[in-house]
Amino acid sequence: MVLNPVETTRRETLALTAVAGLAAFLAPKMAMADEQMVAAELKKLYGDKKLESGKIKLDVPEIAENGLVVPVNVEIESPMTDADYVKAVHIFADGNPMPGVCSYKFTPACGKASASTRMRLAQTQNIVCIAEMSNGSLYTTKSNVKVTIGGCGG
Amino acid sequence: MATKPTPRVRVPAQAKAGEIIEIKTLISHEMESGQRKDSSGKVVPRKIINKFTASFDGKPVFEADWHPAISANPYQSFFYKASKSGEFTFSWKDDDGSEYTATNKLTVA
Repeated sequence: MVLNPVETTRRETLALTAVAGLAAFLAPKMAMADEQMVAAELKKLYGDKKLESGKIKLDVPEIAENGLVVPVNVEIESPMTDADYVKAVHIFADGNPMPGVCSYKFTPACGKASASTRMRLAQTQNIVCIAEMSNGSLYTTKSNVKVTIGGCGG
Repeated sequence: MATKPTPRVRVPAQAKAGEIIEIKTLISHEMESGQRKDSSGKVVPRKIINKFTASFDGKPVFEADWHPAISANPYQSFFYKASKSGEFTFSWKDDDGSEYTATNKLTVA
């Protein structure tokens, strides 16, 4: 069979339509944040500084039945004196539409570098926590939360 | 349906000097994430409280930047090392520019 130009174009059109359809199908998934986005946010904040592990106690449930209200508690080991205290803490969620959850600024007046809040999680994902000490050193930890019902309402 | 956000704060009325006290705050707010769609398919615009600050006698103590991932009726707790009597000021800043405040007295024995 000899292919005529018209037929080829039609096939191409069909193929393109299929690709476009697939892209549209995948699009909602692509709109979610991922580890790269969390890494990019970190880079914006601290550049390529080294992240150490330890010092942070990140308390999140292993399984969250309702993604709309997930309790999160963070506590950082620190004497909280004027010379040595926790400056900032950032919490990220790598499977939400946007990676940021919250950022805290502590002062030595806090006495204890600990805070709790409640967050929304769209799906099962990792919670990443970064703590910045007054001497500039950075600590990080990660914890996985399984979400039964996502909290993005839509 | 949106009512005026009402802050609720729990601070121990009394503390010993040097004692570390926990402060719990809650404010009624929808924290509209900007991700939801209404029944006609239009995106509901984002409206959240994006900043919470706590200060004692005018000196900043604790600050939180909130993103849309914070649940409705946001709860926040943190700690404070009591040293002298004074007054806490808590403030919540809304996306629309309004600010809600609450004050609490602390007596150090």
